[in-house]
Amino acid sequence: MSGYPPEMQESIRMVEATRARRLKETFPAMSLEEREKILNGFHPDYKGETFQAIRVGVSKGQRMPVELTRIVEGRPHIGPDFDLSAPVAETDVLVIGGGGAGASAALLAQEHGAKVILVTKLRFGDANTMMAQGGIQAADRPEDSPAIHYLDVIGGGHFTNVPELVEALVMDAPPVIKWLEDLGVMFDKEPDGTMVEAHGGGTSRKRMHSARDYSGAEIMRTLRDEVRNREEGITVSEFSPAVELVLDDEGQIAGAVIMNLETGAYAFIKAKAVILATGGSGRLHYQGFPTTNHYGATADGVVLAYRVGAPLGYLESMQYHPTGAAFPEQIVGLLVTEKVRGLGAQPVNRFGEQFVYPLEPRDVEAAALIRECKGRSNGIVTPTGQHGVWLDSPMIELIHGPGTIQRALPAMVRQFSRFGIDITKEPMLVYPTLHYQNGGVRLKADSSCDVPGLFIAGEVSGGVHGHNRLMGNSLLEITVFGRRAGRSAAEYAHRVRPARPTLAHLEKWNRELEEAGGDTGVISPILLPDYTRHE
Amino acid sequence: MVTEQMTEQQLEVAEAELIPIYIMGKQYMVPPTLTIMKAMEWAGYKMIRGVGCRGGFCGACATAYRIQGDPKLYFGLACQTVVQPNMYLAQLPFFPARRASYDITKLEPTPTTLFSLYPEVLRCLGCGACTKACPQEIDVRAYMAAGMRGDIAQVADLSFDCIMCGLCAARCPAEEAQYNIAILARRLYGRYLAPRSRHLEERLEEIASGRFRAEIEELKSLAKEELVARYKARDIEPK
Repeated sequence: MSGYPPEMQESIRMVEATRARRLKETFPAMSLEEREKILNGFHPDYKGETFQAIRVGVSKGQRMPVELTRIVEGRPHIGPDFDLSAPVAETDVLVIGGGGAGASAALLAQEHGAKVILVTKLRFGDANTMMAQGGIQAADRPEDSPAIHYLDVIGGGHFTNVPELVEALVMDAPPVIKWLEDLGVMFDKEPDGTMVEAHGGGTSRKRMHSARDYSGAEIMRTLRDEVRNREEGITVSEFSPAVELVLDDEGQIAGAVIMNLETGAYAFIKAKAVILATGGSGRLHYQGFPTTNHYGATADGVVLAYRVGAPLGYLESMQYHPTGAAFPEQIVGLLVTEKVRGLGAQPVNRFGEQFVYPLEPRDVEAAALIRECKGRSNGIVTPTGQHGVWLDSPMIELIHGPGTIQRALPAMVRQFSRFGIDITKEPMLVYPTLHYQNGGVRLKADSSCDVPGLFIAGEVSGGVHGHNRLMGNSLLEITVFGRRAGRSAAEYAHRVRPARPTLAHLEKWNRELEEAGGDTGVISPILLPDYTRHE
Repeated sequence: MVTEQMTEQQLEVAEAELIPIYIMGKQYMVPPTLTIMKAMEWAGYKMIRGVGCRGGFCGACATAYRIQGDPKLYFGLACQTVVQPNMYLAQLPFFPARRASYDITKLEPTPTTLFSLYPEVLRCLGCGACTKACPQEIDVRAYMAAGMRGDIAQVADLSFDCIMCGLCAARCPAEEAQYNIAILARRLYGRYLAPRSRHLEERLEEIASGRFRAEIEELKSLAKEELVARYKARDIEPK
């Protein structure tokens, strides 16, 4: 029995009718000019009225989504008079964030002789890393090279990426795969050891390494397990989000004020270096979009870093993943991995016809789906009013043989079968969903930023991906820059001469906001979204 | 700590359509189409524990439930399970389990390693309570049986989709921590037993020897127009 209502099944029959023909045809890819045109017409980033310039701070005047400026211009949890005289703990390196970037950073900092504390808002591993399905890019096949990877990254990012960061990303990639494998990550391989590698949107070579469709989960649980094995050097504290960074009289980082999420108590952790690895902001639901992100993705790191004077960048661009689930209602917005298209499934409209090359860069692909639904009315509208087009997953088994979907996409099969949909036989209904914060705190190649002693890694940073990230470059980014941050922070901690901790930056911040017309009234970082019902 | 966007919670439901559920024994009336997690939020819970990725990957929202009148005990992830009338819910966001500490670089991928770090593997009764509890439909009993045989590769393969929610350990009469045993097996497999990738080793040697240095330096130095031209000219490997 199908989990789809009858009117959607009718459209599925049209999809089935065109399938044999479509197996032999692929919709042509767009030129750069066509890409620009469709982005201008249909991508959410190009809707000017939903953006606002930030009123205060070092990046004053920069545009970002209104939902984000509201948080960045919010009111700190604590005042400048908060007592810093009795820290609850002291350490060389404080890592804020327990996702893949934070875990990688903690491991490398410890290996470079630093005493490490890792604090995280929810449980260790509650992060977007855990949810990444598709894979991780690395140019490690003879047909490929880091230079080709470089071109793919910078073209996908509209040529706005910081070259030194792209260099770090692509050159560190094969060594990172080796590092992960030595930690015990189980990548998909042929019996002779050859990595199974696929295309992603915007790649010119197959370089997507995967671990079934639990790629991020496999990496995250392995890194977490390794951190737990090093309890001598790394202390982990869960349910402990940072609410403010602390500088010293010399303007160097001096630690952070942490909140116990369960008791509400604040405490100061003194540190010689701080690594910010707090992830992104999907839970701000820009323009009302649903999101693929985990519960804690609320832009905390951007808020924290900005208040101590770290410049921001690229935050006018958010990534909408082309294929979020649009049906059933219970899983709307959840990720349908790009790997589905990588394996050959085509997006088709309600008449069963293709309308876009399946593997355009994500922003272009998303814009094409929005155009098909909202601009051309060729999409499906579900009983609850969600728009969507079909992603024809059954094609995968016609291309690669029976059993491929269960083997390569077990998480997707499970996700949909819980609601009576068999994706080996029926297509999935998809629509773009808020997925990734392309920008963030401006990053340098050694993972530092403009604040001495503050290091950055992962989605909280900006510059690596320019204005659009390619699939498989975020798992890569968190490990590459997580490792760089860990090493840099440990080395910095060994040589820095700390001065007296102070929250003087808050006086300046509050004054500037006052002069600009006052804060937004939101206490930030907001830490968690509020989904409770308000009558 | 309030965001204006409530995209998770936009539905309007007529009172007559609401169904009763019992959150730790207390009744709430909720819309019938929601997942357990969204129903709890609809009822007014602002969650800190028992919530994580909200997409079925992190294992934070393990939940046990019974349906009134049905003797059976059910398990599921709150973010992936739709409410039913007269459902009695208990969240299990944390369950204590033993975890061995080890240095992966100093282990050997042998049955002895498994048995010495987790001697309780051999205490498994084969009752299958773990398999029944697993929200990922993993045959936990089968991988524990493989563990008793010391078959690391099989444990790694069969346990691969584990999200470490802990429900198996919570139900085990032999007091095993199955999921911790499983991750040890997977790490041993990934590091020691999986076939080596020659192409990866060769690429690492090339990088170490500086083979790509000049090419990358050149790309970094290019003006945008030239970079765009190179990008357009790149050949795409066929599928």
